[in-house]
Amino acid sequence: MALAAPAIEMPAPRERAAAKAVRVMTKAPLRVFLVVLGLLWLVPTFGLFITSILPQSTLATQGWWQIFSKPSLATWSNYHALLHNQGLISALETTAYIAVGNTVLVVVLGAMAGYALAWLEFPGRDWLFIGIVGLLVVPLQMALIPMFRLYDSVGIYGTVFSIILFHVGFGLPFAIFLLRNFFVGIPKDILESARIDGANELLIFVRLMLPLGLPAIASLAIFQFLWTWNDLIVSLTFGVQPITVWIFGQLREFGTSIDVIAPASFISLVVPLCVFFAFQRYFVQGLLAGSVK
Amino acid sequence: MLLRPLWGGGTPGAPRLGGAPPASGDPGRLGRSLTGAFFLAPALFMVGVWLVYPTVYTIVRSFFGPNGFVGSWVGVHNYKTLFTTSTLTTAIKNNAIWVAVVPALVVALGLIFAVLTERVRWAVAFKTAIFLPMAISAFATGVTWRIMYQQDPGVGAINALAKSISGVFSPAGVLSQAFPSTSALQATPGGGLELKAPLAPGGVARLGLVGMPVSGVPKGAVQAVLPTAHPGQIVGVVWRDFSPGGKPGVVDKGELGLPGVTVQLETAAGKTVKSTTAKPDGTFDFTGVAPGSYRAAIGARTFAKPFGGFSWLGPDLITPSLLIAYIWIWAGFAMVVIGAGLAAMPRDVLEAARTDGASEWQVFRRVTVPLLAPVLSVVFVTMIINVLKVFDLVISLAPESVQSNANVIALAMWRTAFGGENDFGTGSAIAVFLFLLVLPVLALNVRRFKREA
Repeated sequence: MALAAPAIEMPAPRERAAAKAVRVMTKAPLRVFLVVLGLLWLVPTFGLFITSILPQSTLATQGWWQIFSKPSLATWSNYHALLHNQGLISALETTAYIAVGNTVLVVVLGAMAGYALAWLEFPGRDWLFIGIVGLLVVPLQMALIPMFRLYDSVGIYGTVFSIILFHVGFGLPFAIFLLRNFFVGIPKDILESARIDGANELLIFVRLMLPLGLPAIASLAIFQFLWTWNDLIVSLTFGVQPITVWIFGQLREFGTSIDVIAPASFISLVVPLCVFFAFQRYFVQGLLAGSVK
Repeated sequence: MLLRPLWGGGTPGAPRLGGAPPASGDPGRLGRSLTGAFFLAPALFMVGVWLVYPTVYTIVRSFFGPNGFVGSWVGVHNYKTLFTTSTLTTAIKNNAIWVAVVPALVVALGLIFAVLTERVRWAVAFKTAIFLPMAISAFATGVTWRIMYQQDPGVGAINALAKSISGVFSPAGVLSQAFPSTSALQATPGGGLELKAPLAPGGVARLGLVGMPVSGVPKGAVQAVLPTAHPGQIVGVVWRDFSPGGKPGVVDKGELGLPGVTVQLETAAGKTVKSTTAKPDGTFDFTGVAPGSYRAAIGARTFAKPFGGFSWLGPDLITPSLLIAYIWIWAGFAMVVIGAGLAAMPRDVLEAARTDGASEWQVFRRVTVPLLAPVLSVVFVTMIINVLKVFDLVISLAPESVQSNANVIALAMWRTAFGGENDFGTGSAIAVFLFLLVLPVLALNVRRFKREA
């Protein structure tokens, strides 16, 4: 699966064998450089994983790379201990609720709004869209204090529900931006023939727009999921404890709690990494749709 | 925040605004508006409550004191606080460093990676490795790099690397610590020790040292021996002058020599004429010494401290450490976006330049980069916004004790409003300040969309 769009193939000019040999030779240093750099880039993540399978007593005096000389040091006991840690289990559940719940809502509400802004006629539509695009840049720090007050007075402070709603609010401008731009590119004829056939807008939305918009919806869902799975600041502020906040609470004792922090951090990485590898194409598409395309 | 770069901007190839056709079977203006309302209302409600209302609230709140709206109008006082309190000005200065360093480096790295990998077929693996950190939360990245940055070279990978490099240039001395056993020895300005009494050929130097544990004695040491003097030579012994019942300044039974210690023979003027190292029994000798007056000294190299590691997580280096980790995350983003721009570039232009005899560097400098300029600027602007909002990485990578030194605007806002002070007035002012900094991008986005419309 290519990360970037494949380069346009050039008709290869015929090469003499000597010229080809020279080309291969000059490329060798580049290859070595790329391999070394790529491995170097993986070292921190790899180090985190190795750290997570070493006992705390070892880590106090030795670096994680000691495992190369003493592979027998490796142990799953850190992970075993975590699996029986009720705090971590419920933090993981909270993370999953937040990430899945808000992603579903953002996709549904974003698709509806995106459809309306792309294909329904009503006054002020384009200005509305521009206004929503403008909201894309609002830093979420702008909402922390007012929502803290509001959540407190409504009585939903500290609930998973309040976090989901916050993520939906801040996820919608990007969702609408992405989906509206995708929907607007769907050929007019398809819609018009559906309308002529007497389909109402809800039917067109469910039967036509959602299936046709699937690539964009997939990109959006992956982004929203990853973003909210990885969130720290929102849950930290509104008194909810997903995995990031749970680990954050242990950071004060970094040295002595490393046997908890490292495996928990790695567990928190596994789901995003799986999503990333499984849907790399959509991930990159979303990235490009959001920036240049 | 990690995956939030995508407010991005216009899609050049996207259809224009207002592209919807008038619907057939027109249900009438009111009906159409109602249908639109049905589809839009939920999203608008969410955006209104979670974005528009808070924005207005925070702007108003920033003009009131910490105690709420009633009777605590303070005008621009909170903004004055923002620019006069040292932890907050540190945050602004640090963020300025972030903006100055990160976007440029990320774009440069992304461009280099994209160009280098463009024609390499197996580059997918390389790209995945570089891009991987994008999927990891900034918070977990903080934990990851905190492990890398541990100060003890035995535990922190980066300092272990630094140690092995520095070990080549300035190896640690054979004795990490030692003191003279008698007042016959004195410290030299350079960090070594020397005998106070001058020596002439035929003399014996006794260099007794204490203050080191047995484990600090160099390997291979045996019982120390006091050598006998010979004419024309200066001999001596350097030893661990400590044993139960032993006398200072005397080589007693059970006292070990200190092999490997560098002993220098200096003239009265302080010039080193000869240098040698002690044998396993601590003895050393200088042969063929011309008549005169000399001093025996232990060179400073013997006591050179082993490399203790850079304090990456200390107050001085914390911001550079954060920048490195941040660039590690975002280089992949730049590489992918720039790579896509590169792939979409018209090949014939490049080939034409090459046919005209341009070198690869000239092609890169005069054709590739100018053609990529729009993409590069999008990445650059995206990175400015990201860097202004940076929060998770700082709060997880910087230990609490140095967070004041590592402070950035978003973190300062959070610490002021929720980190104990609970000053919502100043917190709001910081949030508004952050908002004002990213506002030019909003203008940029809106203008681009209006142009497309």
